[in-house]
Amino acid sequence: MIFLAHQHSVMNPVKSLKAQKHQLGDTAFQLRVLNDDEKLGQHLPLFHEQLKPIGLFPLTPTQLDIFQINVGKMCNQVCKHCHVDAGPDRKEIMAQETLQLCLDILQKHSFKTIDLTGGAPEMNPHFRWFIEQIRAVSPSINIIVRCNLTIILANKKYHDLPDFFKKHRIEVVSSLPFYTASRTDSQRGDGVFEDSIKALQMLNAVGYGQEGSGLVLNLVYNPAGAFLPSGQAGLEKEFKRVLKAKYSIAFNHLFCITNIPISRFLDYLLVSGNYSSYMEKLVNSFNPVAAANVMCRNTLSVGWEGYLYDCDFNQMLDLKVNGSAKHLRDFNLQVLTNRPIVLNQHCYGCTAGAGSSCGGEVA
Amino acid sequence: MQSYYNSEDLKKFGSIGSFGAKDLANDFFKYYGDVFAEGALTSREKSLIALAVAHVLKCPYCIDAYTTDTLEKGCSEDEMMEAVHVGAVMAAGITLVHSTQMINKAKELTM
Repeated sequence: MIFLAHQHSVMNPVKSLKAQKHQLGDTAFQLRVLNDDEKLGQHLPLFHEQLKPIGLFPLTPTQLDIFQINVGKMCNQVCKHCHVDAGPDRKEIMAQETLQLCLDILQKHSFKTIDLTGGAPEMNPHFRWFIEQIRAVSPSINIIVRCNLTIILANKKYHDLPDFFKKHRIEVVSSLPFYTASRTDSQRGDGVFEDSIKALQMLNAVGYGQEGSGLVLNLVYNPAGAFLPSGQAGLEKEFKRVLKAKYSIAFNHLFCITNIPISRFLDYLLVSGNYSSYMEKLVNSFNPVAAANVMCRNTLSVGWEGYLYDCDFNQMLDLKVNGSAKHLRDFNLQVLTNRPIVLNQHCYGCTAGAGSSCGGEVA
Repeated sequence: MQSYYNSEDLKKFGSIGSFGAKDLANDFFKYYGDVFAEGALTSREKSLIALAVAHVLKCPYCIDAYTTDTLEKGCSEDEMMEAVHVGAVMAAGITLVHSTQMINKAKELTM
């Protein structure tokens, strides 16, 4: 019985937390959990208190380089750690009028990078139109698509995505939590590893990740469990060695991303009994250098309804930006550049160890 | 519950110097840090060696610490288990190789 008491089982969900009407599907409830010492079993310092002695509070943007657009929560996968709570049952999709508002902003302001995420961004019915319009507005801007790989094989209509990406010189950033099937599937669902490998081979076949092609394919590693990533450079070497030897796959860079304790990953932490120790580890690993380089200082995140957020995590907690420019319609670069960034306890996820961002380590 | 081993105690390891012999503790932790830094061996390889040693010396603190550390460094289940097998087979071999002494002694004493 003692042995059984320590067991836990978190099956890959078939439905989103929202569809399950799970308490954690409610963002206000998540924020209460994150600030509940009783749930935590200990008192941990507030995140913003850590920034005061290092002169980073209030935290403000450095400059707005990256315009990250979440074009919808619909996804063909239901990953156990998903901070978006995405899945096939999520119908929230950015409308064409809202995408047009994004294009209007791109015409007026120069960002270095447009970063498209979801859900599976390709499932937005206006996805291809939107990319074509971005290229028309800004032929040289760097466009990132966060492609979950399996979408390429999910339906015949997506099979030509590698060619489409190539045509528009898209930087493809794809999650592959590990180079073994067991650890990838335990996080992303049965069969995901096999399909991801096939999709990577399809991307390689059109030139992605191949030296001299100029077509960038980056992979994202995030731990399949309640532990932190460590040593991005070493892991990249290992991923490259194994994927090349076993599957003849090449890619450019590996980004290590820490799992942020919100949504489904928060659910996993609570159910598995790892919540308190994980938060404690994040707090104890607080790195001031990572704090100075957090992505919310150069990124602006847009939700499917057109509201603006400091990052995709704040978006999923429904923490809109401070100040008067809360929606694409009210976009004001000066106001947004001077806003104090909204902070909460989940922010410890971006400042632990070598730090974490949508582009990997920051310190 | 009282126990000789308490996983919470692992967190206190870094502060043993505050009880006494602070300089010796500092020397040890400096050495510890230097040993596990990237060198001719990667810190990943060193972590797998530490995982094997943790098992051979049967230290629950070290098993917790280096299971976490090897996972964080991206080691696979096979790599971790093979490291433990290296420890196990060395321990078995060390026992068995001593049988040569038994054999020598037995031959010395018997006709």
